Amino acid sequence: MKSRARAVVGLTVLSGLLAMAIGSARAEESSQGCDVPSYLVTTESSLSRVTEAAKSGRLDILVIGSRSSTINASEASAYPARLQAALLEKLPSVEVNVAVEIQVKKTAEETAGSFVKLMEAKRPTLVVWQTGTVDAVRSIDPDEFRNALDEGVAALQNAGVDVVLMNPQYSPRTETMISVPPYLDSMRVIAQKYDVPLFDRFAIMHQWSDAGDFDLFSAFHGVDLAKRVHDCLGRALSALVIDAAHLGPTQQN
Amino acid sequence: MPAISFPPAGERELRLDLFRGLALWLIFIDHLPPNLLTWFTIRNYGFSDATEIFIFISGYTAAFVYGRAMIDSGVVVASARVLRRVWQIYVAHVFLFTIFLAEISYVATSFENPLYTEEMGIMDFLKQPDVTIVQALLLRFRPVNMDVLPLYIMLMLFLPLILALMKWKADVTLALSVLLYALTWHYDWYLSAYPNGYWAFNPLAWQLLFVFGAWCALGGARRMSGVLSSPITLWISFAYLFAAFCVTLTWYLPQLGHLMPRRIEQWMYPIDKTDLDVLRFAHFLALAAVTVRFLPKNWPGLKSPWLRPLILCGQHSLEIFCLGVFLAFAGHFVLAEVSGGAAMHFLISISGILIMWAVAWVISWYKNVADKSASRKGAGGNADLAGGG
Repeated sequence: MKSRARAVVGLTVLSGLLAMAIGSARAEESSQGCDVPSYLVTTESSLSRVTEAAKSGRLDILVIGSRSSTINASEASAYPARLQAALLEKLPSVEVNVAVEIQVKKTAEETAGSFVKLMEAKRPTLVVWQTGTVDAVRSIDPDEFRNALDEGVAALQNAGVDVVLMNPQYSPRTETMISVPPYLDSMRVIAQKYDVPLFDRFAIMHQWSDAGDFDLFSAFHGVDLAKRVHDCLGRALSALVIDAAHLGPTQQN
Repeated sequence: MPAISFPPAGERELRLDLFRGLALWLIFIDHLPPNLLTWFTIRNYGFSDATEIFIFISGYTAAFVYGRAMIDSGVVVASARVLRRVWQIYVAHVFLFTIFLAEISYVATSFENPLYTEEMGIMDFLKQPDVTIVQALLLRFRPVNMDVLPLYIMLMLFLPLILALMKWKADVTLALSVLLYALTWHYDWYLSAYPNGYWAFNPLAWQLLFVFGAWCALGGARRMSGVLSSPITLWISFAYLFAAFCVTLTWYLPQLGHLMPRRIEQWMYPIDKTDLDVLRFAHFLALAAVTVRFLPKNWPGLKSPWLRPLILCGQHSLEIFCLGVFLAFAGHFVLAEVSGGAAMHFLISISGILIMWAVAWVISWYKNVADKSASRKGAGGNADLAGGG
């Protein structure tokens, strides 16, 4: 009898907690901002060609990515454009150009195959290669994915460009359906192997979600959230590029 | 001396139930999005995780229950009982797949956040259910978090063979299992999956843990007791656990990453879960050695009411495992549809565990009642000793 009474009390407490939890979650949504812990936008790898280019006054960046590098019908709000704006602001003496090469529904292997021609045509100083999502969605063998990354980064470096790798987005809604971790690991391994900076988009967005900066669970159909997230991503990416190229105010001299 | 031997009949190894229950709770928590409780799961403190515990104990109890059946009533009858069990697990898996299908279909139609247009590509398989559902029935299409049961099905399917071999020569069977494991690594054998890739848990590699569990159950554990009680084993285990802990620390505090020598990193990574990396297996062995040492069979705490919920869950592992997978789906769903706050995460984890406990209690109660009425009728009511092995 006694244990039954205890269970009733427990259930009552539980439902109280439930109500509180819903209340506090609502309150969290109102806070704004998107700070990133500094270890996520600093790196030991360096972008020496970017340093050189910035000194000469002109920096050409090419973002190669899939659908998550764009926002439908508002290119100017997607992170590549925001990266350009942030860099122009932080490096007023440099003429920064960010071009975008979107390859929809292409795996890392398919994308890497186009690198040689692409580099000949565009001749950028820095390539930001956003990849992993399509491979994760199609559950491509992580070993194959790693080989494709390996070849892709090697091809880019052979073409004489600096490289930043960007991993998939943190997407809590599809977490039960897409297994991202093996692809994150592969990207970390390759970034380490070639000593190129990894822009850990997954960890950064996860951080924002945990801190309550953005409600990434939202099913809302509007484009507003996507714009704000991309703006923050563009700024965080600019911080990483500046750190890796040693262009920060304290680093420059 | 007989090739295999059993402890006295009817004596239930509560430690097995306890740790299987624990593994089930940890698997459930690990299947939820990371939250406060995630920090209590062992995968954060070393290489191996709850899956190793679950598969090892499953091998142990399965060999215990069906090995006895094989001696009592012969190979054919025991094999038939194993196959019946395989069928139950298969049905459970298909049931979970149906629930997954319901969830994903709902999300597909209700979720159109422009930020995640690309991730929604995962719904593409809904466009050809004819292929997908057949592949799911063939165990080749497995959504995320539904990889353990197919592994379990494969292992159980080969249990009659394993037991027959063990009955002949237990040590040779274990040696063969090690050989298969080594060959799998050497020739990179795997089972392919749909639409791409391979089984997330390679049965050809994970069988090692299962067979090792069976070997321990059939007398191996007793023969190893000398090794297990030696202080050298203990210190090696401790040293290894500590080293593994230090390595895992660098995963969660990337600031410490530069302390890791690159040479070791290149040799060690990636630590492969699919093929049960040797580092993982060794980590499990070290954990087991330490546990056996400090938690004797007759530890009075095993009868304490505080551990009762864990033991109850461990005694009905198949039901509770499936329930755990379902609750993880449901938890994700609530987080997505109601709210995603940290408090909610915590609450979902706790309520999930309470539900698992409650259901385990109901099943126990029902089995008790059913057994009583069965024995009144004179039928030898043999409730599955192993919690369904």
